[in-house]
Amino acid sequence: MSAQGIGEPVRRKEDFRFLTGQGTYTDDMNRPGQLYAYILRSPHAHAELNGIDISKAQAGPGVEAIFSGKDMEADGVGGLPCGWLIHSKDGSPMNEPPHPPLAVGRVRHVGDSVAVIIAATREQAKDAAELIKVDYKELPAVVAVEDATKAGKPQLFDAAPNNLCYDWHLGDKAATEAAFAKAHHVTKIDLVNNRLVPNAMEPRSAIGEYDRATGLHTLYTTSQNPHVIRLLMGAFVLHLPEHKLRVVAPDVGGGFGSKIFHYAEEAIVTWAAAKIQKPVKWTSDRSEAFITDAHGRDHVTHAELAMDKDGKFLGLHVQTLANMGAYLSTFSSCVPTYLYATLLAGTYTTPAIYAEVKAIFTNTVPVDAYRGAGRPEATYVVERIVETAAREMGIDPAELRRRNFVPRDAYPYQTPVALQYDSGDYFETLDMALKASDYLGFPGRRDEAAKRGKIRGIGMATYIEACGIAPSAVVGSLGARAALYETAQVRVHPTGSVSVFTGSHQHGQGHETTFAQIVADKLGLTVDQVDIVHGDTDKIPFGLGTYGSRSLAVGGSALVMSLDKVIAKGKKIAAHLLEASEADIEFKDGKYTVAGTDKAKTFGEIAMTAYVPHNYPIEELEPGLDETSFYDPKNFTFPSGCHIAEVEIDPETGVVKLVNFTAADDFGRIVNPMIVEGQVHGGLAQGIGQALHEGCIYDRESGQLLTGSYMDYDMPRADDLPNFQVATNVTLCTHNPLGVKGCGEAGAIGAPAAVMNAITHALGIKDLLMPATPQRVWQAINPMRQAAE
Amino acid sequence: MTSPVSMTVNGKAVTATVEPRTLLVQYLREHLGLTGTHVGCDTSQCGACVVHLDGKSIKSCTILAVQAAGGTVTTIEGLAKGSELHPMQAAFREHHGLQCGFCTPGMVMSAVDLAQRKSDLSEHEVREWLEGNICRCTGYHNIVKAIQAGAAAMGSAKA
Ligand code: FES
Ligand code: FES
Repeated sequence: MSAQGIGEPVRRKEDFRFLTGQGTYTDDMNRPGQLYAYILRSPHAHAELNGIDISKAQAGPGVEAIFSGKDMEADGVGGLPCGWLIHSKDGSPMNEPPHPPLAVGRVRHVGDSVAVIIAATREQAKDAAELIKVDYKELPAVVAVEDATKAGKPQLFDAAPNNLCYDWHLGDKAATEAAFAKAHHVTKIDLVNNRLVPNAMEPRSAIGEYDRATGLHTLYTTSQNPHVIRLLMGAFVLHLPEHKLRVVAPDVGGGFGSKIFHYAEEAIVTWAAAKIQKPVKWTSDRSEAFITDAHGRDHVTHAELAMDKDGKFLGLHVQTLANMGAYLSTFSSCVPTYLYATLLAGTYTTPAIYAEVKAIFTNTVPVDAYRGAGRPEATYVVERIVETAAREMGIDPAELRRRNFVPRDAYPYQTPVALQYDSGDYFETLDMALKASDYLGFPGRRDEAAKRGKIRGIGMATYIEACGIAPSAVVGSLGARAALYETAQVRVHPTGSVSVFTGSHQHGQGHETTFAQIVADKLGLTVDQVDIVHGDTDKIPFGLGTYGSRSLAVGGSALVMSLDKVIAKGKKIAAHLLEASEADIEFKDGKYTVAGTDKAKTFGEIAMTAYVPHNYPIEELEPGLDETSFYDPKNFTFPSGCHIAEVEIDPETGVVKLVNFTAADDFGRIVNPMIVEGQVHGGLAQGIGQALHEGCIYDRESGQLLTGSYMDYDMPRADDLPNFQVATNVTLCTHNPLGVKGCGEAGAIGAPAAVMNAITHALGIKDLLMPATPQRVWQAINPMRQAAE
Repeated sequence: MTSPVSMTVNGKAVTATVEPRTLLVQYLREHLGLTGTHVGCDTSQCGACVVHLDGKSIKSCTILAVQAAGGTVTTIEGLAKGSELHPMQAAFREHHGLQCGFCTPGMVMSAVDLAQRKSDLSEHEVREWLEGNICRCTGYHNIVKAIQAGAAAMGSAKA
């Protein structure tokens, strides 16, 4: 193994360009003759769109064209598609109302797109937009899921009565009822999983371009999965043949799920560029991002947990209302179903689970996958109710968890909610976290804090998540309209350096380094001899992209398959050159040797021979050394872990200080520990952000977004967070070649429940809404104080 | 209405003809092609746009190009000497203080200003200083470590 191989904290190859300002993000690009698009958006949450008067705007300086939804409709442009069909309990397909890129007839959320203005400069386009007169007839709006299904409430779509998208369930209802019938104790809880805005620091941007000479359409876009965009936009929206459509996602400044989806603006600039035969660029500003990037979470849940007298879990019943927003975003429908309810077993052997999920349309920005996507919501339910149960039963929360963990010898473990866990050791990660957080020393710290007038609490969450999405046939049977394999092409150059073309896409994860480490490890090269190419549908084989912590587990597996093919072909060439039988050839540290001899050829010599096949088994073997693989996962992977939060609360102000945060995680084999730690840190910041800071608030009557900028939406800052204690335990994934599980989402999954368990522990209360702002905490403390006084 | 605006950027005298409403960050990105300086918000909160004006860090989205006329501006592109990273840049790389890289130019420019004031920085001091810089990827943990190390390296280089 080379010093830059698997397991080494290799410094990142991509950093030089980012650190010197030479990254190429979409908005950094400009095409010759390019014009700028500005999108006029609805200021109303719900209104009829009766007419658009563009006469004044059209005459504005620099204005080239103005288009509305009617223009796109007249051109046969389709609606933005949803990638996963969910069936309701009664077998009926979900309600899937149309989602035109520019609104037609009605606008359904603040920020819904109404018209596009294309001008020579961004400022001119913006100025012209102010001259457009839109005839809106305002309609009453509904933004909360609890309101939306009630009789007499505003209806978003005729085709979706009571604003219901679907009414879905999973699990065994009868078995769960039977479990509750024999329970010794039932813990009940009501929870809200607050709506979040993903807020990747790079705002979305898109440039459309059309080459009349070749008929080629090109879209440069801030995407986590360029091929998915090409397929959805080409086949469903603009009806462009795939060989005439190129999608490029260059450097992308963070995604966290929000850049998976096919957005209206991508279709608008691609369509408009062809229409006016000039490149068209659109870049979101932050205020626009708040009202157009798909939001995350937004669940209202009631859950009940049945236990026997020893605290053994017998059954779990969960009822959730999930807010879909005004339209179905690309993967919105699968998030509160197959990415949520399937995780409700958590790390436990709960034998009977029944989950019911109603997905509801409201006059809000569409909701879709955001870091963790369904799994943070599931973990929040399971870990908040388990902690509450421990308090009600008078059992130490760590001990209650241990009593219910999936035993070490139970793998593969089949849950009652469809998943089969392949490996894990929840006892070990729990112990690691308890030790690292000095759990046993907590009472001393609490007493010390009390002397200073502060209230301390400690809380934990153990989690499991399903990553490495996914076996294509399995998800297909569950309604996915896409496959979920990944591709990798390994092109060995004649002199032995390597280019990898991967369907995985990086937007902060550091694949250019980790994937190069895998190549270096397998072929005995340095990482500098390897280039990782991604993000351009004209260069890479058809791939599905990066989300759900799948890149290493799925994309890395495809890479290993191709590397194995390269090595195997090299063996044949080496056997020929070394005049030995192929069975006697060994490959190690970049050298082919004949076993038991000192006869050897370097990898570089073999590569050269493959491309200059003068002395070559040309009868049996093609020249060249260039292999492509498609890897379709056999199962999901199941990272797991235990997070422990310790908080100190100032009763005078309600301010919660997170004094310690410990994460012990099992991600399977780790390729680059430095990068893995970084992923954990980032996930934790988002999870802690959800618990303490972030929350998207709509005015319940008007549907106006009240938290529409960084002035009102509290992004976690450096002085809001502590240093994190991070540890890893390794149990290997049993069904992929690297034994890897995925690490990108863990922090966001475990942290919210751990923090809220710590705060409710400190205050001795059961219920508290996220984010636990000083105001909410102070209000929770105050009645307690009054009662005590 | 446009007028020429001149200043010194990364050691070179530059002039571009811009509208009075043009922000310094637009001047740098759109007129000079220095796209290393980023725009992450429209409320002067995120710090992705931080550059140095006359040696001090400023948010280039919050000042007009005309206000910087005649000044000396350093952007992220002006920090490294060829292929040799500035000590603060090197520390970010060494301590994995960046992921997607979008906040990074602003973080580094802000950090260099802090380190010019003080080289022996506590975790608390760094976190307080970063109040005006948002990173969504790193959770700040490694950025804080990088800035402490970068400041120390800058301090010993001076000594
Ligand atoms: S772009 Fe200047 S502070 Fe956000
Ligand atoms: S590295 Fe992505 S925002 Fe900081």
